[in-house]
Amino acid sequence: MEILVCARRVPDTSENEIELNAAANDIERDDLVYSVNEPDNYAVEEALQIRDRVGGNVTVVTIGGEDEEEILRRELAMGANRAVLISDDAFQGSDGKGIATILKSFVQKGHYDLILTGVQADDGAAQVGGMLAAMLDYPFASLVNSITVEDAKLKVSREIEGGNREVNEIDLPCVLSIQTGINEPRYVGMRGIRQVASLPIPTLGVSDLGVDQSAVGQAAAKVTRIDYFVPAASKGAAMLHGSREANADRVLELVAAKGGLK
Amino acid sequence: MVGIFSPSLITDWLVPGRNLFLTIHVLGVACFTYIVAKRLVPLLRAERDLRFDQPLTRLGRVLKFWLGQWKHPRYKFAGTLHILIFTGFILLATRAFTVLIVGVSPNFVMPGLAGRTGHIYDIITDYAATVVFLCMVVAAVRRLVFKPARYAVPPKYGKSHTADAVFLLGLIAVLMVADSLFAASLAAGHAQQGESVEALAVLTLPWMLKMVIGAMPLATLRGINVGAYLVHAITFYFLLCYRPFGIQFHVETSLFSVYFAKLERGTLKPVRWGVSDEHLDQVKSFGVKKFEDFTWKHMLDFYSCADCGRCADNCPANAAGRPLAPRFLTIKARDYAFQHYPVLGRPKEGKPLIGSVYSEDEIWSCTTCGACEEECPLLIEYIDKIVDLRRGMIDDGNVPQSLQKPLKALESRGNPYGKMEKKKADWVKAAEFQQTCSVKILDHNQSAETLFFVDSITSYDDRMQSIARSTSRILTHIGENFGILGAAEKDSGHEVRRFGEELLFQSLRDHNTDAIKASGVQRIVTADPHAYNALKHDYKDLPPVEHISQVIAREVKAGNIEFAGVQNADNVYAYHDPCYLGRHNQVYDDPRDVLDSIPGLKRVEMKRSRDRSFCCGGGGLMLFYEPKEEQRMGVLRVRMAAEAGANVIVTACPFCMVNIEDAIKVAGLEGKMSAIDLTELVDQCIARESSTEKQETVMVGG
Repeated sequence: MEILVCARRVPDTSENEIELNAAANDIERDDLVYSVNEPDNYAVEEALQIRDRVGGNVTVVTIGGEDEEEILRRELAMGANRAVLISDDAFQGSDGKGIATILKSFVQKGHYDLILTGVQADDGAAQVGGMLAAMLDYPFASLVNSITVEDAKLKVSREIEGGNREVNEIDLPCVLSIQTGINEPRYVGMRGIRQVASLPIPTLGVSDLGVDQSAVGQAAAKVTRIDYFVPAASKGAAMLHGSREANADRVLELVAAKGGLK
Repeated sequence: MVGIFSPSLITDWLVPGRNLFLTIHVLGVACFTYIVAKRLVPLLRAERDLRFDQPLTRLGRVLKFWLGQWKHPRYKFAGTLHILIFTGFILLATRAFTVLIVGVSPNFVMPGLAGRTGHIYDIITDYAATVVFLCMVVAAVRRLVFKPARYAVPPKYGKSHTADAVFLLGLIAVLMVADSLFAASLAAGHAQQGESVEALAVLTLPWMLKMVIGAMPLATLRGINVGAYLVHAITFYFLLCYRPFGIQFHVETSLFSVYFAKLERGTLKPVRWGVSDEHLDQVKSFGVKKFEDFTWKHMLDFYSCADCGRCADNCPANAAGRPLAPRFLTIKARDYAFQHYPVLGRPKEGKPLIGSVYSEDEIWSCTTCGACEEECPLLIEYIDKIVDLRRGMIDDGNVPQSLQKPLKALESRGNPYGKMEKKKADWVKAAEFQQTCSVKILDHNQSAETLFFVDSITSYDDRMQSIARSTSRILTHIGENFGILGAAEKDSGHEVRRFGEELLFQSLRDHNTDAIKASGVQRIVTADPHAYNALKHDYKDLPPVEHISQVIAREVKAGNIEFAGVQNADNVYAYHDPCYLGRHNQVYDDPRDVLDSIPGLKRVEMKRSRDRSFCCGGGGLMLFYEPKEEQRMGVLRVRMAAEAGANVIVTACPFCMVNIEDAIKVAGLEGKMSAIDLTELVDQCIARESSTEKQETVMVGG
């Protein structure tokens, strides 16, 4: 099975202190460390596991600049067969639809049976997977937390609010957005990264993909950010003072009162 | 031993005695040689291990640990029993050899053992055989009646080893009785024939047996004599050839295991012996994944284990109910070797060890505290094997999710918490601290003689920052010109290495080494035993490193630190030895000397202290690992302190502090028990001239 995983590089929320920049239109990006968007990493792991079960290849693609190579190398070290960087000045400032348009062109250049995306990026809006499927006219299943391959079909399941699970059948080729927890991604050590350090990563631009330039980039973006702020801390936190036992009893009461205990 | 009482001269059997015994000898020796050769096959396929250096040191250790049985008395009863058996075997070796040869060559006398010397030797060995026999009886009774807990085999590790143990004891007992009966019948026969006989030693087995059979007819005696000889010879060779199939193989292999044992404490084996760090990229696979990835010495260890259970008895992971017992790490590997390298037939391909022989949790459960290695009478190594197995898992990407985040953070931020580098020195900025104690940051503008290597937890953790501040105040008090690296200091990588991520460790080490060298310091002090061990053993070419307890002890002796007295004279203190200060670096006395020099301080020892200290639960990455366990090691440790009558646990390691303070809460001992770092206690108790300094100390200490 030929599997494509669309991944993104994001500031790692567990290793950064995210602060607003002076202009208050973005976060302060000096001193940040980045990693693969977590759900995307689960998607890569799932792709590798499917490949190891049924054969085929896993390609990882991302859109961005030179810095994005870092995450592609990490996914190559994990075991992906191929990584592609899509990079062009013309793509800068694309909105979700623009990104989906770029990816659509890329998908149409190859032959993929299965396209995986993370459920959403840490700083994203969970748009691209669905839009990409629609543009390709592929079936789409979101929030997937298990995949079983059955010939030309997949059985995919997702969790329903409240803990129930739903299983759907979906025809290939299709697009799935992957939820964290679907698997346990393997560890990528220093050694793995060093071993793929010299593997070539092809970079594709507007002309390589044949993208309609008027549909991507800043100019084509119909959703634009107009504000970015840290919400003021609201009231509602209750500090409990008292003995441990009394506090524990009080917590139980509070949780029960909010419907957290059944 | 000439005359009718000579097995070799028997002629009334189907074959002449000499031929029969010659055949037994040749068959026995051939069998043994074949079996041992087969046992050596996996060792020849194993990884390299460079253990041929320092022959004199190694011989010295053979004298101490093998011939001297140095570790055995740590278990008084079993140890004494073993020393008696071992001594008996050593004494009886020559006699056994002589007796065997006599079957072929009746006039044989071991050179040097003729006449009077020979007689004295006979008396000694008569007693030796008797003592060994009695030891077999006692050991069998212990095994069968008293059943010491450490010999038990939990169901998950297979069947009980008692039957095999008792069978072996029985074989040795038979050997002793046969040998004695041979001597007794010989003496009785000679006496009946009126030949001069040397008296048998009083109260020995031969002496007693001679009393029983002395009056029997000559022909019966002759029959007994030959029968005893035959039983002795057959048992001897059966035992010889049976030993390589179980725990008794240590009789042959222990000498080599001890000779080739690891010499340096606190160190780890390289990824591959003989491959330098620069060439590691060319190594195809890291660590131990399949059995043959172990080194030959580690395989020899598997053969040498005597199944005494002392390692598991002292293992904190085992005590806490984690799925790890060092004893079975070895036993399972030996079983694998026996199965896949059979005595009859060709070697068989095996599966990867993780998932078949060992579980992942088993290998991650170890805190590398070293209690097992400290205890093992045969100096069997465990930490290097555990680390090698972890290297294999890391290489395969097989790492628990709980450890992946901190490892990734160590890679990108240089600390497991993912904190910003620029905040590493924030602890020096605490308002009340900054007023009384200024800490230099050794960048391009400032220099110092001494580097205080703080390491991650003491830099970033709110609670542990108090250790950094106390250490700084102590260094200031003794007039040390010191500073810290600040943002340029990355994690020492001690646990990174011990969790098997060798290349990440090397990148941290190289970064820190450059930073330390660039700072131009003359020496290094740290309050973290893990950092201490890393800088001392894992790093190379650094200025000398000391743990703060060593510095304090020295300054107290020199009179540069005087104590005003302990604040609460009712407290009873117990010192908890951190594994990487105590066992791995042998610093036991300095912290105790410091405590004992504080006027009015009452100190008790926990039952498990010094080299038998009980790990608090492990440091570094172990704090992130979520073990499967019945209870926390720390809780067990805190209860040990309570049992000793202490209400304050003094430790000298930030990770011990995390684990012990947590454990006090979990054990429900809050308010009854507390923990304090040695530096904090010293900082509180130092007699300072300036009153402002004192006030500040009290505030922070409280």
